[in-house]
Amino acid sequence: MTAPSPVIRDPGQRAVFCGLTGIVWLHRKIEDAFFLVVGSRTCAHLIQSAAGVMIFAEPRFATAILEERDLAGMADAQEEIDRVVARLIERRPDIRLLFLVGSCPSEVIKLDLAKAAERLSRAHAGRTRVLSWSGSGIETTFTQGEDACLASLVPELPAPLAGASPDLLVVGALADVVEDQFARLFDQLGIPARFLPSRRAALETPVGANTRVLLAQPFLSDTLTALERRGARHIPAPFPLGAEGTTAWIRAAARAFGIASEVVDGAIELPRARAHKALARQRTRIGGQRVAFFPDSQLEPSLARFLKEELNAQIVEIGTPYCDRRILGPELQRLDGLPIHEGNDVNRQLDRVRAARPDLTVCGLGLANPLEAEGLSTKWAIELVFSPIQGFEQAGDLAELFARPLARRDRLAV
Amino acid sequence: MELATWTYEGPPHVGAMRIVTAMRDTHMVLHAPQGDTYADLLFTMIERRDRRPPVTYTTFRAADLGSDTADLLKTSAREAGERFAPQVLLVAASCTAELLQDDPGGLARSLGLGVPVVPLDLPAYQKKEDWGAAETFYRLVRGLHRPVPAEQRQRASCNILGPCALGFRHRDDIAEVRALLGAMGIAINVVAPDDASPADLTRLGEAGFNVVLYPEIAGTAADWLARTHRQPRTHGVPIGVGATRDFIREVADLAGVDPAPAMALERRDCRLPWYSRSVDSTYLTGKRVFVFGDATHAIAAARVGTEEFGFELAGLGTYSRTFARDVRKAADGYGLEALISDDHLEVEAAIAAACPELVLGTQMERHIAKRLGIGCAVISAPAHVQDYPARRAPQMGFEGANVLWDSWVHPLVMGLEEHLLAMFRGDAEFHDEAGASHLGVHATIPVAANEDASSTGGPVWDFQAEAELKKIPFFVRGKARRNTEAFAAERGSATITLDTLYEAKAHYGR
Repeated sequence: MTAPSPVIRDPGQRAVFCGLTGIVWLHRKIEDAFFLVVGSRTCAHLIQSAAGVMIFAEPRFATAILEERDLAGMADAQEEIDRVVARLIERRPDIRLLFLVGSCPSEVIKLDLAKAAERLSRAHAGRTRVLSWSGSGIETTFTQGEDACLASLVPELPAPLAGASPDLLVVGALADVVEDQFARLFDQLGIPARFLPSRRAALETPVGANTRVLLAQPFLSDTLTALERRGARHIPAPFPLGAEGTTAWIRAAARAFGIASEVVDGAIELPRARAHKALARQRTRIGGQRVAFFPDSQLEPSLARFLKEELNAQIVEIGTPYCDRRILGPELQRLDGLPIHEGNDVNRQLDRVRAARPDLTVCGLGLANPLEAEGLSTKWAIELVFSPIQGFEQAGDLAELFARPLARRDRLAV
Repeated sequence: MELATWTYEGPPHVGAMRIVTAMRDTHMVLHAPQGDTYADLLFTMIERRDRRPPVTYTTFRAADLGSDTADLLKTSAREAGERFAPQVLLVAASCTAELLQDDPGGLARSLGLGVPVVPLDLPAYQKKEDWGAAETFYRLVRGLHRPVPAEQRQRASCNILGPCALGFRHRDDIAEVRALLGAMGIAINVVAPDDASPADLTRLGEAGFNVVLYPEIAGTAADWLARTHRQPRTHGVPIGVGATRDFIREVADLAGVDPAPAMALERRDCRLPWYSRSVDSTYLTGKRVFVFGDATHAIAAARVGTEEFGFELAGLGTYSRTFARDVRKAADGYGLEALISDDHLEVEAAIAAACPELVLGTQMERHIAKRLGIGCAVISAPAHVQDYPARRAPQMGFEGANVLWDSWVHPLVMGLEEHLLAMFRGDAEFHDEAGASHLGVHATIPVAANEDASSTGGPVWDFQAEAELKKIPFFVRGKARRNTEAFAAERGSATITLDTLYEAKAHYGR
């Protein structure tokens, strides 16, 4: 094994979503929650635009838009929040968990949403729990919104019963189908597993010294810290992307629970073979292709590892908004020393990508069509966050997401 | 604070982006945090533009707030000037940067970049997207204008002002309006902001007059040119057959030319008048339609709907407060009170209460209509990617009128089908949950939504009357229920019987 990948920093202009974007998937994942952004018209516009422009007729999110009178101090912001929340709860009495979500403007004017959440939790006690987190673009990028949201949940989670036996907490929003598959696998292995966030009753998951944390997503630094503060212990592992990633992830959990490796072999034999079979089909298309990543979701190092290790792709550049070595260490070990570019300047990276002309560029929606118009095939980073890609049964789907733009290019004759 | 699920307009800096993105050789430095770069995808995804908007974001972060965001702005402006070499550099702040009070315009000017710098003041907590677009265009026009004495202008020449990025069918409207003007021999001096360079804007003064296609975008600049430089502007917008005829006359007057050649295009190109008079269109008579959108498109749709389709207007409104007076005046003419609101929930309530059979609106109203089980056609921004069609689909001119015909009739239940639906209520294909058959089996209608429109606490329906009501097709049932309840309430009846139902029907005539 070679030395782990070095991290190169290139500060400059970024073209990344802010953490508010996480609401787009979190509001579907946590079914009894509602997300109220306290921000500007830009925040409201961002969420509806990031959601592919208004795909949901009745979303479980909204924005309390700050106006001139809020800033000029003519209106007491805390009273305004109370008024807006009262109106919201009246309209949507089904809301059990309300997140007040901070934004760039609410951070800059130092609006205390934690205080508001505490007060509102008391006011609506027994009916709606109110928590707060910040998805502001001055502090978070894209997937870090989920991190901030889950981190806000952790202190609210109940303590386990005294003398509770060790159990596994799988952390990070997963598609329902993936969550169910993993739940079955851990059940087969005899590991008692829970998921955070869970689809319902997100606040009922116990956490304590008996909890072992297995991250399902790499962008959960603050959540991990908050869980550790509750006594939980982290199981470092690569992420469950691809046949090998998933195998290593499951094995890490099994080791932590003292499950014999033959037991693991038996449980994963069939799904793992299926994943290899599905990947073999895509390897002919993706093998040898040169792939570059713009920074978007923090999934980039794991995806690059998957493409390189399991599909024989060549990695041209790995950009990522932020690289937490504590979490990504096991991935960095497997990247053959390929450097990670953290927080790339978008114009300078565009220059490099134009010069390198990779076969596939993984990037944000703002860059994809312009690069396609320059003759470069692209894959939207956001699709990798919005699709079920984890686990054995999805390994082929994940490869297919990368193969599709290439296959499309081959197919089109116009 | 204002509670919003969806917004009709973005912040004013997005309006500014709609101007610079439409133009050539122009660049904007936007003092903004990283998340604000989402705005790029409005243009690259929704409108499928093949280039990034010419905008450099400073993307400051929390750590920069403690040190120097002003330095970041200066670096960004310097780098953008070198990298993109624009003819003009606009400098603005988004909502968060506005709070920092860094004076981006002043800072950029102090750098001596060797290009003209146009600073923009876009108050994000007071104003919105359309205002931002109008203000940006006005600042550019004003900053770059070179006066030409009125007597040196060619009378039969004009500028076309207003078409910009993310506009509703602007690209196709330009082609239609060019053809109308061309038929009358009127020269087109400059089209702006679409595809115009700053150098083009310096030549605006050479034209005899300005054609203002979208007052929301170009009104401020055109009014300034009229007021300060005595360059007249048009006021009519050629959406629909009647308005196109009016527009031709208005333009011919301004240019001093014969309108006949442009008028003659109607006979050759325009099918709406005959389609509307053909007998199969009888079923459109008195269809109740709710219109909501930007002021220009809403007012135009109200006129076209009533005069050229034979619809009855059930509601008219706009999200644009700047143009509230125009919309109120138009609504007055139809005996309605205009709905002026940018609260999507309020618009939804108004549509539910009006029980229309068709909604002409924006992407938001498309959702509302879907939920209420009513047909909908999009007539105005904000719009979805599917509202930027590959084919030419103008709203303006004679071909535009044809497009309106096709797109507004399509979502309706067609004439004979409407009869059959009324006759055979239990048919497997024509039952309540089935939508219009030409929209496919998936076009199912959530009937309950329309039913919910009925008032509660009023007269009670007896069993027979309730059963009879169910035999009325879903798309008029809400209206029938409300009429009957109002009729019963007026007469003090506590119970609605079969007779009440049919007496109300006789009373209202429909």
